[in-house]
Amino acid sequence: MTSEPVNIRSIRSRRTVSQNIWRTLKSAPPTAIFGMVVIAFYVFCAAFANWIAPYGEAEIVGKAYQTSSTEHWFGTDQIGRDTLSRVIYGARNTIGIALLTVFISFCIGGVLGIYASVTRGWLDIILSRVVDILMSIPVLIFALMLLAMAGKSVWNLIFILAVLDATRVFRLARNTSLSVAVQDFVEAARLRGEKLPWIVLREIVPNILPPLIAEFGLRFCFVFLTISALSFLGVGIQPPTADWGSMVAESKTLITFGRPQPLIPAAAIALLTVAGNFVVDWFLHKTSGLRDEK
Amino acid sequence: MRNDAEKVPARVKGTTLVDIKGLKIEGYSDDKWHPIIKGLDLKLNRGEVIGLIGESGAGKSTLGLAAMGYTKPGCRISAGSVTFDGIDLVNASQQELRKLWGSHISYVAQSASASFNPAHKLMEQVVESATNHGVMDRAAAEADAKDLFKRLQLPNPDTIGGRFPHQVSGGQLQRAMTAMAMSCRPDLIIFDEPTTALDVTTQVEVLAAMRRIVEEFDTAAIYITHDLAVVAQMAHRIMVLRYGNLVEESATRSMLKQPTQDYTKTLWSVRKLGKQESPNDDIVLRIDNVDASYSGIAKVLDNVTVRVPRGRTVAVVGESGSGKSTLARAITGLLPPSKGRINFNGKDLPARLQDRDRDTLRRIQMIYQSADTALNPRQTVRDIIGRPVEFYLGVRGAETDRRIVQLLEAIELTEDFIDRYPGEMSGGQKQRISIARALAADPELIICDEVTSALDQIVQEEILKLLMKLQKEKNLTYLFITHDIATVRAISDEIVVMYKGQVVQQGLKSQVLNPPYPPYTELLLSSVPEMDPDWLTNLLKKREAV
Repeated sequence: MTSEPVNIRSIRSRRTVSQNIWRTLKSAPPTAIFGMVVIAFYVFCAAFANWIAPYGEAEIVGKAYQTSSTEHWFGTDQIGRDTLSRVIYGARNTIGIALLTVFISFCIGGVLGIYASVTRGWLDIILSRVVDILMSIPVLIFALMLLAMAGKSVWNLIFILAVLDATRVFRLARNTSLSVAVQDFVEAARLRGEKLPWIVLREIVPNILPPLIAEFGLRFCFVFLTISALSFLGVGIQPPTADWGSMVAESKTLITFGRPQPLIPAAAIALLTVAGNFVVDWFLHKTSGLRDEK
Repeated sequence: MRNDAEKVPARVKGTTLVDIKGLKIEGYSDDKWHPIIKGLDLKLNRGEVIGLIGESGAGKSTLGLAAMGYTKPGCRISAGSVTFDGIDLVNASQQELRKLWGSHISYVAQSASASFNPAHKLMEQVVESATNHGVMDRAAAEADAKDLFKRLQLPNPDTIGGRFPHQVSGGQLQRAMTAMAMSCRPDLIIFDEPTTALDVTTQVEVLAAMRRIVEEFDTAAIYITHDLAVVAQMAHRIMVLRYGNLVEESATRSMLKQPTQDYTKTLWSVRKLGKQESPNDDIVLRIDNVDASYSGIAKVLDNVTVRVPRGRTVAVVGESGSGKSTLARAITGLLPPSKGRINFNGKDLPARLQDRDRDTLRRIQMIYQSADTALNPRQTVRDIIGRPVEFYLGVRGAETDRRIVQLLEAIELTEDFIDRYPGEMSGGQKQRISIARALAADPELIICDEVTSALDQIVQEEILKLLMKLQKEKNLTYLFITHDIATVRAISDEIVVMYKGQVVQQGLKSQVLNPPYPPYTELLLSSVPEMDPDWLTNLLKKREAV
């Protein structure tokens, strides 16, 4: 063989990652684009709440229960705080806590699920049975009970929901990873003498990433709804922290007077959930290679 | 027994059963319609058997299904007509089609195990179409099924219907499916690669049973296969297809004797690849009295002793379940033997994979049957081949790239493959990448586990030629596991015959492939179909005489 320098990097003529993402986005259906725009808007509100919100999160700026005006677009709540500002701050709190919860649940469930599928044996058996038991109990009731026992605090909320949610993530991670772990290319890597971290990170994880990302989106929607439900019931995020679930609870009686105030945080919850589902639907469709029925 | 010379003309006189004219079929992918069948005519008379042959993607299954008025999801008939017994199938309603299917037209698929419902007994499934179509009542259908089982030479025809699909062997299941297809005495049966998944020894029985029953009931059949020797036994007439076009069509005997088209000739010549054996006393791998079992129950390897000489090819042959692949697992350390020694280069190999050092691992590499599952779909060729280069040889960066390009040259691919993903390559190219991954480690011994059996014949030949070239260049040793005797003839120096976990025979190719044979070798070798239309007839006669 001649050893003249071969400039192989220049051969790469395929599209770059950003070009690929752009192409994919351009072909997205309207529902997915709507979902992404909505999510981007929420994220923007959450990130820049300090600058966007006209008033402070817990600042009392006027009389209680005012109707909408040029100063307070959505009126004020039961102690005279600006509703619009609290909805904007609520985005940061609710979304932030839900994201953190899902992230932790993926750390626990994902790592244990993949580890169980690769090593098998008694650890897999024990974890799988524990998960079965946990999953047989309805999440909301279980969370209510645990929160009542552990006490109402944001960290308790995050940790309890993360653990309960990790069971679902564990199942998905274990099953998808198991179907990849039995493939010949994983055996080839073992025969090569690769260590466990390399096999997991380079051979298995890239192949199970799409369903896990989709699951992340779905779990986020569920956790977000669960947190809102718990807050509505009074055991979730505690005042004076602005949160959509508790805001609905605080203003719910206004609905009997024909005032739309409780609908505003409720709509914020609903819109984000729908948007999230739209995007996840499209992503799943895209990655699973399903074709549209003709 | 059948005699083509007499029967073919008689059948040609029969009325036309299937008439396909100018058929075009398109498939939908990547937001476009692509042609699969590009204008084909097919005429089939009552009682006639036609063979469709061609490599994968030729459109033979699509054409076979179209003869029953069916297209796979994502496909459509864009032009042409399909007439069955005077009925226009292209424009027939689903209801009309459903009336025909099962009763007048039936289908035998490649994988019988995937076609039976594992939760029901065989009998229930075999009689289903006859009772559903109201051809006969349950009792009559069961009696008839038992008769069919007997004609298909299934063991215990009276009781075998009471078994579940997993309780019978693959060959028996394939025959049960033929019985199911026959239950309404259809006018047409479509056999879609019915014996491809079976061992040669089983294949003979299934072929004989199918041929006899088709003849007895004077059923017309479309026999789809990629195996010329098989179609030669079954069909009166052969159509060679390629890329959705007809290459050549004629009666079986004249087709075999004098194919007119170049493509057909290349198909015929594939089986003529050969290699001069050469003995060698320098033994690189020594397997002594090895036993192995999964979870300690039944022995899958029983006192196996094998010698593998350096720079040569040792073919391990045997039917499925004979322990060929388990032997590979024992050598690689995936399944530590429960007894015996494996000696490599004069040193005993640690039994467990985890106990072997990196240099030992490097020297023994493996190539798998299916490149689809053996290559990580999320890695580029650069990752797939580059990793062993970096892992074993400790090179980095530009030097790795240089090695990758050298390896691509060695497997006769251009360097622009370096950034491709496995999904962007053909089956043969993927298998070449698998070979390059093994070569990247600069090994001494490569275990090839059925590396050509998932490929088309022409591609098979290219891969075998490549392996032989590489062996010469790098003095590689191959342990070549296969069930295909033609492949064995083509590449091996020595042959190991395995049966039920034991080595029946090991020796030079000329010794093993020439008499006197031990009984199992005899059975195995005589079961390999030959390109002679009378082969099956003669074989059955010979076996009956014994």
